[in-house]
Amino acid sequence: MSEMSKIVRSISNLLLPFILIYGFYIILHGHLTPGGGFQGGAVVASGLIMVLVAYGSERFASWVKEKHLSILESVGALGFISLAFLGLSTAFFYNFLAGKGGLFGDIPPEGSNPGALNTAGTLPLMNLAVGLKVIAGLASIVLVMGLASHYFRQEEKNDT
Amino acid sequence: MSKRDLVGVISLLILVGFLGLGAASMREFGVVDRAYMDDYIISHSQDEVGANNAVTSVVFDYRGFDTLGEATVLFAAVVGVIVIFRREVHE
Repeated sequence: MSEMSKIVRSISNLLLPFILIYGFYIILHGHLTPGGGFQGGAVVASGLIMVLVAYGSERFASWVKEKHLSILESVGALGFISLAFLGLSTAFFYNFLAGKGGLFGDIPPEGSNPGALNTAGTLPLMNLAVGLKVIAGLASIVLVMGLASHYFRQEEKNDT
Repeated sequence: MSKRDLVGVISLLILVGFLGLGAASMREFGVVDRAYMDDYIISHSQDEVGANNAVTSVVFDYRGFDTLGEATVLFAAVVGVIVIFRREVHE
């Protein structure tokens, strides 16, 4: 993919921070509001994909390296599975932080309430891990497709 | 009518019969029965998990295994796309 016009690039520059903030808000408030790791990760990844479409996959690949996406994916997957294993003294996927009073350990009042961020035990951490995983996964799918179409077109040019 | 057609017609009749039986014995619209699990999660998710969002408490706590599988499916999708679109090395 080649880069698009100056107007599209400027607008995507303008919109990117808002999309990222909204996506991370959905990820981090997954235990309070509708949404969670998957949905927020998809929002953040779509923001990155907007930049990829506006600037072309080659320039995007010079900013976001395969290494970064690989680290994000690994941190997400390992964080999620290790949080699941940390509760193994009771059961796999046991919520060992909930109700302990420490990190994310508060219990909200019964019924409808405004909601506090420091609740729900391992849920916010798991949301964050899954969110990082989804960001890296979706961004790398589109990046690989864009780079592949670029290389295939180059090979066709070389052949003719 | 050949033997093959007969088998097809009989199996179709059995399938339609079971589907009709299922549709006829379905509960009335809007009437909830067997809602023990829903009631338990709605009344306990706030003091057990501490999450205001009962859906997230189900997805990440009560059914964490499901989310693990979902994450694995996503990983498999990424791996599949990369395998398909990987550049071939010309010798």
